[in-house]
Amino acid sequence: MAIYAHDNSQLPGLTAEATTGRVPMRLLLIEDDRDAADYLVKAFREVGHVAEHAADGEEGLTLAADGDYDVLIVDRMLPKRDGLSVIGALREQGVETPVLILSALGQVDDRVKGLRAGGDDYLPKPYSFSELLARIEVLARRRGGRGEEMVYRVGDLELDRLSHRVTRGKEEILLQPREFRLLEYLMKHAGQVVTRTMLLENVWDYHFDPQTNVIDVHISRLRSKIDKGYTQPLLQTVRGAGYMIRDGAR
Amino acid sequence: MTALGKLFRTTTFKLTLAYLVVFVVFAALLLGYFALNTRRLVTEQITDTVNAEITGLSEQYRQGGIRRLVLIIEARSRRPGSSLYLVTTFNGDTLAGNISALDPGVLDNPGWSETGYRRLDEAGADRGHEALVRVFQLPGGFRLLVGRDLEERQRLERIIASAGRWSAAVVVLIGLIGGVFVTRRVLRRVDAMTETARTIMGGDLSGRLPVAGSNDELDRLAENLNAMLERIEALMHGLKEVSDNIAHDLKTPLTRLRNHAEEALRTAKDEAAYRGALEQTIEESDGLIRTFNALLMIARAEAGQSSESLAEFDAAEIAHGVGELYEPLAEEKGLTLTVEADTPAPMVGNRELVTQALANLVDNAIKYGGAAASTADGVNGAAPEIVVRAAGEGDKILFTVADHGPGIPESDRGRVTDRFVRLESSRTEPGSGLGLSLVAAVARLHGGELTFADNSPGLKSIIALPRGGPVQTTA
Repeated sequence: MAIYAHDNSQLPGLTAEATTGRVPMRLLLIEDDRDAADYLVKAFREVGHVAEHAADGEEGLTLAADGDYDVLIVDRMLPKRDGLSVIGALREQGVETPVLILSALGQVDDRVKGLRAGGDDYLPKPYSFSELLARIEVLARRRGGRGEEMVYRVGDLELDRLSHRVTRGKEEILLQPREFRLLEYLMKHAGQVVTRTMLLENVWDYHFDPQTNVIDVHISRLRSKIDKGYTQPLLQTVRGAGYMIRDGAR
Repeated sequence: MTALGKLFRTTTFKLTLAYLVVFVVFAALLLGYFALNTRRLVTEQITDTVNAEITGLSEQYRQGGIRRLVLIIEARSRRPGSSLYLVTTFNGDTLAGNISALDPGVLDNPGWSETGYRRLDEAGADRGHEALVRVFQLPGGFRLLVGRDLEERQRLERIIASAGRWSAAVVVLIGLIGGVFVTRRVLRRVDAMTETARTIMGGDLSGRLPVAGSNDELDRLAENLNAMLERIEALMHGLKEVSDNIAHDLKTPLTRLRNHAEEALRTAKDEAAYRGALEQTIEESDGLIRTFNALLMIARAEAGQSSESLAEFDAAEIAHGVGELYEPLAEEKGLTLTVEADTPAPMVGNRELVTQALANLVDNAIKYGGAAASTADGVNGAAPEIVVRAAGEGDKILFTVADHGPGIPESDRGRVTDRFVRLESSRTEPGSGLGLSLVAAVARLHGGELTFADNSPGLKSIIALPRGGPVQTTA
């Protein structure tokens, strides 16, 4: 299929069957809002992950310290013990599970504070589930260890991180430095959905909302360089979520 | 009485009193010193005269004996305004002189003494006058007394004392009157300020403290307070405007959202229709979230920031980064975007906010810069151009975004930075209407400003920021 389709899925672009590489994850959600928590737990289950829920900071800390989770999702403002202090306590105990912080405080300095406290990613409320899911999968995968490889391969597309050479089949593709970094990030997370905000944050290091969707234009430029003229497009748009690079032939 | 009490309690009046006391003490010391010296001078003069006479008379005695001395003294005694003379025998019997009475015991002690006396030609028994006399033992048992009346010296002392009293009285009086006058003047101004402050507290934020124009410390205080009031009024005005605008610009899409949901409930027949309505709902709520975020950001920027979010960065690098981000979008719209920032322009500020402000300007230029392109530039066949510049100029860093779009009419330039203001001509373009307000807020936060100029044709938006970053306190 040319464009990643999801018309029959319940959440846009998120069925377990669609993202073939999805490995079930064990997640812990520390969130005091019962409604939001129920919604998330249910949504995670629908896409094939197992999510447990803690309603306050103390309970969350106990569960997180004992259980073996792939990713922790921590709300910043929690009863009994606030999110940042939970993370601090966990890191002190040597628990290195990746943490994503959810917060109503979305300004740049709040984010910096969250990351400094030991969080690995920061998502301001309100968020879309697809954004949350994409970020969690990237966090979980990071543990797996991709990123150390010197050459990324997706189908017949190859990216050499040392020599900065990109080839598809036998042809060399010339990319601008930014296009190279964009492709590098996409390929590092091949098979995973990457949202526009994630690209803006990780490729450009910008943390604001650029009103117009400038990222789409950059993607379509990149696409015209790596996919144009090939029967098997690799860079796919996941409607309502973002982009994903993967070998569609598999 | 209370008005007077208030007067006496003022700082100015207390200061006046303190100065008055210091001045009076100083004047008294000065006068005392002067009196002491004058007295010494007069006394010296008297002793010199007396010594000279005694030397002369004892010389006469040595040459002509007691007879000659008596003759000379009798002659001298008769002269008007003469000194005081007395010659006695060893027993104290008067031989010659013009004194009829002296304080007892004066004659027994040779040397200087002050004594009351009475002249021979005066009636009565009292020793009414004071004199400074010297008693001299002549060889042969005679005693010679020569003295001068002290009237002159006493008169001088009286004059000085009375001058002292009068001047003290005058100084105190003038000082008090001056103190009251100055204090009342200051008090009136302070009262006027207090009164204005009360009306302002009462809710009339347009009130301003009176400035006398004398450029003194009270004026400076009033000017600073007025500047503060200006800022407060602007903030309050902004706050009111925000709530009005929130009411309008957030409620409108919220109503739309609700209407769509209701309509779907009522009319949707199949799953596809529900799905369409839900997708529309998500889209609209995303728009709401975006507006809300922009509002929060502006509020934060306007409230000021902690100095820890300030850092040094290169303005040229920011311009290149933003240019690079938007270049493909511009190209897609048929515009060329060029960045002219070749020399590094280091500055201090909030990097994230400055980047976003510049991005907003470029975003606007791309949105509106293409609109008039077909008419303005299309004629000469050149692609409509957007130029982004970042350069240092004096102590400022200027970010300029120039487009060849329809521009902003001169009359609207002040208004476009207001929140939610979208010129009629741009109502059809998507956007929250907050872009330029954010830019203006970021500029203000850094102690700079956002201005617009004619690019003929088109618009030139300029963010001017001080190189050194926001000034924490105004001098």
